[in-house]
Amino acid sequence: MSTPDSASAHAAHGAPLLRIVDVQKKLGRYKVLRGVNLEINQGERMVIIGRSGGGKSVLLKHIIGLMRPDAGQVWFRDQDLARLSEEQLVPLRKETGMLFQNGALFDSLSVGENVAFPLREKGLKDEALIRAEVARALKIVDLPGQESKWPSELSGGMRKRVALARAAIAKPALMLYDEPTSGLDPVVADSINKLMVRLGKELEMTSIIVTHDMVSAKEVGDRIAFLYEGQIYCVDKPEVVLSSTDPIVHRFVNGISDATDIVF
Amino acid sequence: MLRYANQMGARWFRMLQMAGQIVFLFLDIIRCLFRYPIRFPLLVQQIDFIGGKSLPVVIITGGFIGAVFAAQTEFQFKSLGLSSGVGPVVAIAMCRELGPVLCALMIAGRVGSAMAAELATMKITEQIDALRSLAVYPTEYLIVPRFLAMLISMPILVGLAILCGIGAGYYVAVHALDVPGVYYWHNTVLYTHDKDIWIGLVKGFFFGLIIILVGCNKGLESAQGAEGVGLATTEAVVDSFIIVLIANFFFTFLLNAILPG
Repeated sequence: MSTPDSASAHAAHGAPLLRIVDVQKKLGRYKVLRGVNLEINQGERMVIIGRSGGGKSVLLKHIIGLMRPDAGQVWFRDQDLARLSEEQLVPLRKETGMLFQNGALFDSLSVGENVAFPLREKGLKDEALIRAEVARALKIVDLPGQESKWPSELSGGMRKRVALARAAIAKPALMLYDEPTSGLDPVVADSINKLMVRLGKELEMTSIIVTHDMVSAKEVGDRIAFLYEGQIYCVDKPEVVLSSTDPIVHRFVNGISDATDIVF
Repeated sequence: MLRYANQMGARWFRMLQMAGQIVFLFLDIIRCLFRYPIRFPLLVQQIDFIGGKSLPVVIITGGFIGAVFAAQTEFQFKSLGLSSGVGPVVAIAMCRELGPVLCALMIAGRVGSAMAAELATMKITEQIDALRSLAVYPTEYLIVPRFLAMLISMPILVGLAILCGIGAGYYVAVHALDVPGVYYWHNTVLYTHDKDIWIGLVKGFFFGLIIILVGCNKGLESAQGAEGVGLATTEAVVDSFIIVLIANFFFTFLLNAILPG
């Protein structure tokens, strides 16, 4: 199994699009990230697994510049996101999309307006074209004709799929998914998994998927990185990580707790 | 004793922190005004919310305060034979103090709280992060339209409150308390000057500024969870009230020096 330093040796894709170098982050008194190193290649689907509260979402937010590391660098192409101002990040964010854990749809906008939002922000003025793109995006996520509904009228799974349509509609180069299948029934989760693979292939998107759904990790990932105690413990192909005999990895991927996990 | 000193220190620190955040928010808004085009659909939407939907509240507040103030003034002035002086007293009080202050308190309660709650909810549901991830600067998209809408709406609302107060005062004094209408209007017009109205409108403008900055700051800086939203909403109203009332004291002296009565 690869350590983070040798991870690039396993790259089956292009040059690194993203390099995370020794990223550290403290939230309150707790050091969530303790020196994360990871390279993600162009066109690759990298799955990051790890325990709840282990810093996966925090790491994802560092990748899009929503959080800044206390130390370390996040290189997107040739720019260190940690050094850019909020406004300097804007052009880079136009190349990225993010699916938030709970969708984060804008309550004040209808489903159609939510999905159209990135297109309008990109300066697209042709309303007919926007409507067509929105209809197409909603059809892809299996929610055709839902444009006029409001986020409050949707179920959790529907909200997540609308959010996915919104994140992907502008065809970003890098797509980040924060727990895309959590809270979904197995059928919808499977459709989301297939969708992530399809979007990645069709649009040549680089994807980073944070999850603790091992089925999803296996189906979607080109590589899996295991985040453990604030560091990348190992990075490798799904079949290698999921069949690992390393006790820490084995326990996590097979969902085996020990006495120390049960503290009352 | 030490605990009390600690609490006081923490309170002062929080106040200073809030003051700093508000100054930075204000500078950020000003920068965004020059840096980005104004989003007119959002501006119109906010003018409707802040101005349009506040009309009933402001009309009722201004009208009833003017009516009660006219009645109380007439009760006291009658024994002195000064009933015809009720008009200018009501008009000047409405213009200089009651109109802007009460209107500001109502708007802080209705709009400031709503803004804090909305922004805090957006924050805890990651909608603000979603905006940022979609390459939109939150101050420009969320705050600037609210800021401009408030600065446009507030003087108009204050003007309306003043008008309703004077109108209701006239109605009560003349029709309910038998003050001669001709003298009432004559004295009102004679003793109420343009500067009285200007003072009210200028105060309204600055009170609007306070309400929007405090409300938005509380929303953007709220803590996580439902408790954070509740706290942000409460603090937005209470802090706006206090700052408006204290600022009114200083504005009264400042504007009186600039526009002496």
